[in-house]
Amino acid sequence: MATLPMEQAAAPEPRWQVLRGTNVGDRVYRGVLTAQALSLPLLLLALVSELALNAWPAIRRFGVHFVWTSVWDPVAGVFGAAPMIFGTIASSLLALLLAVPLSLGVAIYLTEFAPKWLRQPVSFLVELLAAIPSVVYGLWGVFVLIPFLRTYVVPPLRATLGWTPFLSGVFYGNSLLAGSVILAIMIVPYIAAVSREVLLAVPVSQREAALGMGATRWEAVWTAVVPYGRAGLIGAVILGLGRALGETMAVTMLIGNRHDIGLSVLQPAYTMAAAIANEFSEATTDLYLSALFEVGLILFVITVAVNALARLMIWRVARGTAVGSRAL
Amino acid sequence: MSVRRLRRRLVSGTMTTLVGVLSFVAVLALLLILGHLVAKGASSLDWSFFTKNPVPAGESGGGVANAIVGTAIIVGLAALIGLPIGIGTGLYLAEYGSGRLGWTVRFVADVLNGTPSIVIGIFAWTWLVKPMGHFSALAGGVALAALMVPMLARTTEEMVRLVPHSLREAALALGYARWRTSLRIVARTALAGILTGCLVGIARVAGETAPLLFTALGNLNFSTHVLEPMQTLSLQIYVYATGPFDEWHRMAWAAALVLMGLVLILALAARWALRSRYGAAR
Amino acid sequence: MAPPADARLQLETARLTALYGRRAVVKDVSILFPTHTVTALIGPSGCGKTTFLRCLNRMHELSEGGWITGKVLLHGEDIYDPGVDAVQLRRRIGMVFQRPTPFPTMSIYDNVAAGLRVNGSRPRAQIDAAVEGALRRAALWDEVKDRLRHSALDLSGGQQQRLCVARALAPEPEVLLLDEPTASLDPTGTQRIEELLHELKTRYTIVIVTHNLQQAARVSDYTGFFYLGDLVELGRTEELFTKPTKHQTEAYITGRFG
Repeated sequence: MATLPMEQAAAPEPRWQVLRGTNVGDRVYRGVLTAQALSLPLLLLALVSELALNAWPAIRRFGVHFVWTSVWDPVAGVFGAAPMIFGTIASSLLALLLAVPLSLGVAIYLTEFAPKWLRQPVSFLVELLAAIPSVVYGLWGVFVLIPFLRTYVVPPLRATLGWTPFLSGVFYGNSLLAGSVILAIMIVPYIAAVSREVLLAVPVSQREAALGMGATRWEAVWTAVVPYGRAGLIGAVILGLGRALGETMAVTMLIGNRHDIGLSVLQPAYTMAAAIANEFSEATTDLYLSALFEVGLILFVITVAVNALARLMIWRVARGTAVGSRAL
Repeated sequence: MSVRRLRRRLVSGTMTTLVGVLSFVAVLALLLILGHLVAKGASSLDWSFFTKNPVPAGESGGGVANAIVGTAIIVGLAALIGLPIGIGTGLYLAEYGSGRLGWTVRFVADVLNGTPSIVIGIFAWTWLVKPMGHFSALAGGVALAALMVPMLARTTEEMVRLVPHSLREAALALGYARWRTSLRIVARTALAGILTGCLVGIARVAGETAPLLFTALGNLNFSTHVLEPMQTLSLQIYVYATGPFDEWHRMAWAAALVLMGLVLILALAARWALRSRYGAAR
Repeated sequence: MAPPADARLQLETARLTALYGRRAVVKDVSILFPTHTVTALIGPSGCGKTTFLRCLNRMHELSEGGWITGKVLLHGEDIYDPGVDAVQLRRRIGMVFQRPTPFPTMSIYDNVAAGLRVNGSRPRAQIDAAVEGALRRAALWDEVKDRLRHSALDLSGGQQQRLCVARALAPEPEVLLLDEPTASLDPTGTQRIEELLHELKTRYTIVIVTHNLQQAARVSDYTGFFYLGDLVELGRTEELFTKPTKHQTEAYITGRFG
């Protein structure tokens, strides 16, 4: 091995101190952070076990019938959650139907077409929609949205599509329609924000390749950018669905809270979250309470599954980058 | 050929306009809601609204002093419990989160982030209200903290990860211990971002109602006792909006305006915090 | 065999091999760094010279999968001994990186004082004096003495790098490691750093990684040529550049590869 020729150097004063000791600080720090981090898994564990434990009497009593049957009779002690499961899914899907075009439009406009100076302010304003408390949406829905629907939306809808079963019956205001519209407004900022980040993550080369082939700017977006980010966009939509499924206050105030399955969007309906909000404090028997816990458990499982699916789709597009986490 | 080209242009033009209009609609929805809040709420905001407690149903006058104080107390409790745990968890994920536990915590945070707040509410009821035997502001604060922690953990992690690795190395090479590097250099550099996360988290829980229904419950009287039921603005709005009296509806709008103002201030402060310092940190 | 401890042989490596997981990026390298000299490490990108440098203050082990075999001796004591606290060690071996890394939340003064403050509390006057001394040695004092409380980010790139040198010098290390310190600087900034090295070697033992051959020739007393993780050749700088003994060295310094 190579060695150096020695130089004559002035003898240096030895300043070496023995380097002993271990970093207690590091160990303490790591320990404290780990303890804090462990709180989340413990919370989830406690949450799941409490829900399951409290729901157990109802699960044992009704089994799978709980989700298939429609009778909800606290006095007789018979509980079937089918209408609220139906209402939860119906209102959320209807909300998606309205929110998806709107939020994708916002995302596409903001990433592709809006003038630079407009992008930040508009996206901030759209994100502010997510800051409005649910109960404020409910208030606005009750006193502004429902009168508006009654005067301007329902009559023309009836005039053109009144013959379908979806628009039958009398419109009293609180209804599947009202709940879905408010849900749609509430989830737009989530879907728009994640979609926007997905579209921003699409490489510029995708756009340029399409433009280079003579496509118009819209064609470049629609044939190159959107398909490239498709999985992420679907993820964004599913994320919105997850939000809609668990939304409580605004829906409780607007959907009518009727325990029934109906096809008409003009009729009142019920959701799982609304049922818990409405009935939890009046649940007088243990079985009643247990049934509500089972509703909570089902709601929890559905939202977890939907959210997990959404994350998977988003991760596939933007692996490594933290797409969407800001909106959550 | 030219007809086809014309059609293509037409489609492009139409769709471009359409997405613009859709964006306008989304912004319009926000402006409409804010506009209605001001139009219907502002006239009720007077001195007594902020200083008096609710009066019995049917009577006019009174205020929501109890709800304003209650919101401050419960959100304060939530912040007191939630911020340290959330930030600590975020730092854990950023510093030591590459292993199995880190992966688990990250996954659990995402799961809890998507959990409906009403589910958190009934969970808090089983854990705190049922064993204690009565509703309490503390239970409400804990429920809100449980909502805040996962969100804050993820934002903190993200913000800390934005700090360049070279800074961390520079500090370590200078003889900083890892904990000191993490707190004094890395977290300090990401402070604006972490602060933003905190403000956003507080803003989010300040407007929550569902987790409080069965924990803080609400209280018509003025109370500052954290082991007693307590009113919040959100609970008050819910009760007033779903009640039968015009007077209540008037109060609901005013309370909603106040709550919205509070949330907006927090959201704007968050944005300002990020803008004012963060540019320098990158 | 580790050579006998000699006060003048402040820092040395003995059969040092550095690995990432199972991949060795520095292979069996033994070098003595005599006190108060400048040693330049040259070689093409990815030859292991930076990794080698990072082994000298135990920064390598902080990288994902980083570990070593062999020894690094400071005054004859193995710095990888289990009883040695790496954190304490790094306070005695300063390091300056490729890009300037001033702490963005700190003032110029606080940046320089940063390394002092972790070493236990000291009287204010002592810190003041140490900061001034370090800034003077880094040839930055005259430019910043009137704005010590300003953010370190207000400085130019070259000034920031000299600030980082001052920060590394303030805790009075014995060894100064520089990892391509001028890579991100303009010619003026580069010249200031090189002049600085001439001043500094009267007090410190300096190891500098560079892939600028002219720089190595200008600033160093000894030069080591790394290639594919091996130390190919080591010698007095003027000899290595004029009469290289290995054909790989000759090929590299005459610009035939790298």
